[in-house]
Formats: sequence, C-alpha cells, structure tokens
Amino acid sequence: MTAGIEKALTGIEGFDDITMGGLPRGRPTLVCGSAGCGKTLFASTFLVNGARAGEPGVFVTFEERPSDIVDNVASLGFELDSLVEEELIAIEHIAIDPSELAEVGDYDLEGLFMRLELAVEEVGAKRIVLDTIESLFSAFQNPAILRAEIRRLFDWLKDKGLTAVITGERGDGALTRQGLEEYVSDCVILLDHRVHNQISTRRMRIVKYRGTPHGTNEYPFLIGEDGFSVLPVSSLGLEHQVYDERLSSGIADLDAMLTGGGFHRASSILFSGVAGAGKSSVAMCFVDAACARGERAMVFSFEESADQIVRNMRSIGLDVAKWIDEGRLRCISARPTFYSLEMHLAIMVREISRFRPSLVVLDPISAFLDSGEQLEVQAMLLRMVDYLKSNGITGIFTNLAHDQTVGKTDAGLSSLMDAWLLLLNREVNGEFNRELYLLKARGMAHSNQVREFVMTENGIRLLEPYLGAHGALTGSARRLAEAQDRRQETSRRAEVMALQDKVTQRRHRAELEIATLQAEVAAEEAELRRLLKAEEDYRNQAAADLAELAAGRNASGG
Amino acid sequence: MNKPKELTLYVAGQTPKSVAAIRNLEKICAEHLDSSYVVKVVDLKENPRLAREHNIVAIPTLVRQLPVPIQKIIGDLSDTEKVLVHLQLGDPA
Repeated sequence: MTAGIEKALTGIEGFDDITMGGLPRGRPTLVCGSAGCGKTLFASTFLVNGARAGEPGVFVTFEERPSDIVDNVASLGFELDSLVEEELIAIEHIAIDPSELAEVGDYDLEGLFMRLELAVEEVGAKRIVLDTIESLFSAFQNPAILRAEIRRLFDWLKDKGLTAVITGERGDGALTRQGLEEYVSDCVILLDHRVHNQISTRRMRIVKYRGTPHGTNEYPFLIGEDGFSVLPVSSLGLEHQVYDERLSSGIADLDAMLTGGGFHRASSILFSGVAGAGKSSVAMCFVDAACARGERAMVFSFEESADQIVRNMRSIGLDVAKWIDEGRLRCISARPTFYSLEMHLAIMVREISRFRPSLVVLDPISAFLDSGEQLEVQAMLLRMVDYLKSNGITGIFTNLAHDQTVGKTDAGLSSLMDAWLLLLNREVNGEFNRELYLLKARGMAHSNQVREFVMTENGIRLLEPYLGAHGALTGSARRLAEAQDRRQETSRRAEVMALQDKVTQRRHRAELEIATLQAEVAAEEAELRRLLKAEEDYRNQAAADLAELAAGRNASGG
Repeated sequence: MNKPKELTLYVAGQTPKSVAAIRNLEKICAEHLDSSYVVKVVDLKENPRLAREHNIVAIPTLVRQLPVPIQKIIGDLSDTEKVLVHLQLGDPA
C-alpha cells in the first residue's frame, strides 16, 4: 500500500493489483458504463468480498428488486442471502415510480439520506453500493435540486467514512448523465463493452484516482464462472533476468546442432514453416522434454483440441496424455475468433500465472493474423514475449508461412524471437522432404546446415546431410546417392585389395631372388678365400725352400 | 363523498421546507378540502423506519393513500393549484 490514502481491497482478481490496493477507503468511487457492461457485478463483488472480510455493507438498489440481485449473483457463488441473514449485508430497495410522483415547489432528498443512514446503522456498514444513481435521479425533474443533492450525497458518504461504489450510466459524450458525479468522486472507473469485427471485448479503465498512482491503460476484464476478473497485461520492457541454462529440445539431433546442447531457458523460439512441415510436432517434442524433466508446460492451441494433439503426437511416439494426467501439461484450445486479441492475451496470461509452467507453446500464432490487424497482433505477441521472459518461461511460437521464402515472417516476428527454426517441405524429384534449418539462435554458435528431418514412430530424428558433388541431398535422392557411394566404395576396396596382393607376391619373389644371389655370392667368396689361402701357403713354402737352398750352398763353399 | 380520504405529509424536522409545506397544506385544507379528509403530518426524524416502510425519498412528500391509486407530491406545496390538480380532487372552481 502506498503512503497517502488508505485503500479497501475489492477482492476482484487483478483489480487490486492495478489500483495497488483497491478502492479509496472511506471515499466514493464511481463505476460508470453503458448497459450490460458489468457495473452491478463489480459493485456486488466489492460488497460481498468486503462482508466476507469483516466489512459489512449496504446494497442500495434503485432498479432491481433485492431478490433479483441475490439470484443474479448466486450463480457466481456469492451467497448474498446468507450474508443478509447474518446481517453482514443489508439490501435497501428504493423504488421510485415517476408516474405517481408530482413536484410542487422546493424539496430535498432527506428521506433518502435517512433511509441510507438507517441501513448503514443496522449492519454497521463500512461499505455501500448505490446501483444505479441514474435511476434515482431520473425520477426527479428539477436539475438544480438534483445537482445539489448529488453533491450532498457524496459529501454525506465521505462524512460517514463509507467506502462507496456508485454505479452510473454513461451519458452522451460524457462519463455520466449529469456530468457531475465524476467530479465529486475520488475514483472513477469506466467499464466498456466493445464489439470490433464481431468480437466483443470488455475493457476497464481507471479514469481518475485521487491521491494515488494507478495503471492508466485499458485493461480487458472477464465476467466468467468465477466472477469479475481484471486482467492486467503490463508492458514489462527489457529488464528481465537472463538464463545461461540450456534446455533440451527433446530432439537429440537438434540439440547437437547448437553448441551447448540446447536452447537457452526463457528464450523465445519461433518455428515457421508451410503446412505439414511438422511445426506442431517439433513444438510438442519440446513440451515432452520439459515434462520429462519434471517441469510444467502449457500449450495454447488455436487449431487443434487437446484430444487431437494427444492422438496426433502418439503417431510420432510421444505420449503426452500421461503428462496431462499427471498435471504437468495443460492444453487450452480456443479459436482465435472466440475473443479479441486483448482478451486472448489476457486469458493466456491469467492461465499462465495460475499454472506456472516453464514452457509455453502458442500454436500457431499465424491464426491471429487472419483475425486481427497486423500491428495489433505484433503488439500482442511482444507483450506475450515480454511476459514470458520476465517470468523465466520459455516461449515457443509456431507460424504458418504461406511461402518458403526465408527471412520474411508476416508479423515481422523475427526481431522478437531469440531463435528461429525454419521448417521446409521441399519437392525434389517428385517427393516432398522435410527439412529443418536453424536460421538464427541468439548467443549460440550453431550449425549452418539444412538437415533433413524424419518423423518416425520413435520420434523425430535429424539425418546427417548428404554432401556430394552436387550439394546437400535429401530424401530418396540422398538414399540413392548414399547407395551409389556404398557401391563405389565396395568396388574401390576390391581394387585396392587386389593391388595389395600383387605387391605382396612381388615382394616374395624379390626376396627369393635376393636369397639365391646372396647364396651365390657366399659360394664365390668361399672359393676366393680358399684360393688366397693356397696362394699364401705356396708363397710360404717357396720362401722356406729358398732359405734351405741358401744354407746348403754356404756349407759346400765354406 | 363518504369514501375514506387520507393525506399524509412526511417531513423531517423543522426545516424551512417542512415548515413551509405544513403551512401550505394547512392552507389548502382550510380553503379547498372538506372535512372528510384525514390529514396527518409525520416527522420522519422521530421514526426513520417509516421512510423505508412508506418508501419516502424526497422531503417533504405529501401522500394521498386513499383513494387509490397512491399519489405523491413532493415539494413545499407552494403552488396550490398544482397540488389540487395532482391530488385529483376534482375542479377547484
């Protein structure tokens, strides 16, 4: 609660957040809008929640009978009648029939004040609702008296310290018929019910709130089974936490294409491709991987029902039904035309904030492009991306592309996305083959290859690309080329083997020849040695003979 | 005219408007109404519950309970002619 004025919680989902604490305590608040926009419901929610929280209240109705009011809110689980019995709420019905009323001279509405005071005292009310002020004042004709009495009424409410909700019809061009109530109220809330392109949206805006900051946007609100809920979708800017953690895509081959083994947590990933390219299947692989990690995932499907998703995923070996049963996966299906863009966004945000998943799939976002205006769609997606990022949720968006031209998405989505997977379905030689290309992945080195991806009963696999002389091939062309390669390989291998044999044999032969020659040389060497020995022996013998001869000659002469 | 005729004037305390209304009503009664009328003045300040019971919002309010249908005149009754018209008492002339 901000310093300054005290506030009273309304208990209306989302509203207390926008107003940072509810309505100004002890002051009057004007809730205006045209017929059927939820004024009475807003007021009764405020009153019932107050009574439950220990602030009794008075419901002053100038239109509907008390029993009608009890019945109207009974469907929302407000047991107004039991609160009345417990004297926590008093319903004061002030009916004025203008036909039985004539004005002669000066008067005031002291009777009204007395009755209000009586009702307030009876239950010790802290809150009061006046529904609707127009019906009260339309009964009287003197505008001067009326204006004075409106002023007095607001002053009286303030003097009593009542937190008041006054509902009022919208006048032409002005917020209220009298053009006075909005000036004397401390807080003015405008409810609106607009139909654009046959789609209705309820919106709420805080026109003024004295003494406190408040959201000034138009917020969509819902009147659903659980009552009145305002859905604030704030624009969060770019100050979110970043994660270094990588998440597996559930397709091992795809993870391998990214250095680091997956996409960053809380990144936004776009899959775009033509019809039948496998966008939803790839997205569901992410979901399956997230659930298998024990995280929660949420799928917003704008084309398929939850059962259909379950059935279709079974064909590629993904059993998502068990995740739904275990409460880890929620599939929400709604046609884009069910609500306006704002409302879609608001509902998604509400569901996400309730379920708290770590992964959200929007399948496909292109469905909105047919229903809304491009700029609005882009703005909505931007807010969605921001919301997911700020909450650390990984966002997966699929987009149906009408042609395969790379680099162009209809809503200029690329800049919003951290990663972009392009799924192609290309015709080559009379067959369509699915291909996957990682067009962009912020902050990650990634493969530049176009990979063929096949959906089998055991899941999705990415095949190694065939890189031949004529570029990368896919499908049967790839299989053919691979077969050709295998055949060529076999024959080449046979050739090599033959050559190897030949060489071995030659070596054998050469070795044999070498041995023979070496033997011959050895024999010749032996012969040579024998001859040399003989020669030496002969020379020794000759010398000995000569010496002997010389000795003999000396003996005869001497 | 033997039908019961009943007029009730609701006031809240002695405010100038209330006082004026009482005075004007007395004057009208004296000048235009016969004695078959039962005229009451109720001060709601003394019993605020009556305001709820009789569905009074504006002060002063003159209610003709009888004869039916109920007719209400709000204001200080300063215009006698108008009062008589609205009370449907027949032509005052």
